[in-house]
Amino acid sequence: MALITYRHTGIAGLAAAVPANTIDNYAYTQYFEAEAVKEVVDKVGIRERRFAPEGMCASDLCFAAAEKLIGDMNIDKSTIDLLIFISQTPDYRMPATSIILQHKLGLSKTTAAFDINLGCSAFIYGLSVAYAFMQTGGFRRILVLDGETRSRVYHPKDRKTAFLFGDGGVAAIIEKDEKYGESFFSLHSDGSKENLIKMDAGGYRNPSSPETLKEKVVDEQGNIRTDEHGYMNGADVFNFVLLEIPGNIKATLKMAGLEQDQIDYFLFHQANSYMNGYLAKKMKLVPEKVPSCIEFFGNTSSVSIPLTMASQMKETLTQPQKLLLSGFGVGMSWATCVLNSPGMFVSELVEI
Amino acid sequence: MQEKLFELIKEALEIEDRELDSNDHFRDYPEWDSLGQLSVIAALDENFGVVIEGAEFKKIITLGDLLAKVGELSAS
Repeated sequence: MALITYRHTGIAGLAAAVPANTIDNYAYTQYFEAEAVKEVVDKVGIRERRFAPEGMCASDLCFAAAEKLIGDMNIDKSTIDLLIFISQTPDYRMPATSIILQHKLGLSKTTAAFDINLGCSAFIYGLSVAYAFMQTGGFRRILVLDGETRSRVYHPKDRKTAFLFGDGGVAAIIEKDEKYGESFFSLHSDGSKENLIKMDAGGYRNPSSPETLKEKVVDEQGNIRTDEHGYMNGADVFNFVLLEIPGNIKATLKMAGLEQDQIDYFLFHQANSYMNGYLAKKMKLVPEKVPSCIEFFGNTSSVSIPLTMASQMKETLTQPQKLLLSGFGVGMSWATCVLNSPGMFVSELVEI
Repeated sequence: MQEKLFELIKEALEIEDRELDSNDHFRDYPEWDSLGQLSVIAALDENFGVVIEGAEFKKIITLGDLLAKVGELSAS
């Protein structure tokens, strides 16, 4: 059972970068009637999203966030011993984007670097990996980068996903210090639900071909995409969340020896406002304890939790807080952690 | 339970102009879409503590089927 306790490790600083290119979701009407768009946008609660312009990758957003954070915190780059890049929209299939970023950021050749390929659960998975490496004593600082250009994964003619996703990147500096106390993680997977959120072709199981790049009608509602675009069965994702997440949160709190009301802030993956609203209601959480950025950035997959922290909690996070983070989605994969944050540095949001 | 379930379905799908019947194939309602389905899922969970997963839900054709399933799951 992946229930883990780490000691004396925490997030020292956090920065986020988003594309300056802002999409007004109510005006995203090139393929659907304005009235139908309004109905969807009202329900999912996403007023604006950021789309990376052509040529801008997730790694570019992470690079901008990392440079800002390293500069603001005046960090000696030679003390960064590990770089982890989390994404499902990397620069290339090979080499790993983390290694390209090691060079771009001017980090030492003694820096370890690797990618983690997970979606909405991935920031917590990434933190867990970083915290685990930190327990060995062999690392001074770890740079966790998490970026997505999710806007490019879904087809604008598929109304089930066309209005949800946006782009962003974050950087977090992980350090070792007794002030962080203990932190608690639980990590989960269920590959029997691999078809709930998926991109069918373009990998090695179903390689890219002229056929996989053809637009086609995929359902009775007339939605259109190719086999190289993502799809999502929203109803079953919602069912999955209801069945797994409240219990996972309770189990993680129990491991931490905390009651729900002892947590200062609950940071959920920003899926859509309707689902997140219902999840908070089901768990009887007051809205003030559940920060959100979905309205401004949409669903940015693994970036959504740290983007909420960086964009909505800059001042709050400088103070000591008990935080619960819970990410859930594509895989299906889900993870929850309880962090004892004595206060962290948060940079101003970067727009590029 | 039938009256409560039908009221919840009407509310979730925003049906105001007619009464529902056990024999209705609810997927044929003009108000039935992926957004409406999310509201139905939330209503079943909130009011009956019931979550019906995809494979099971596909077997449910009429409102009568749905009523039977909710009855079965909420009793267990």
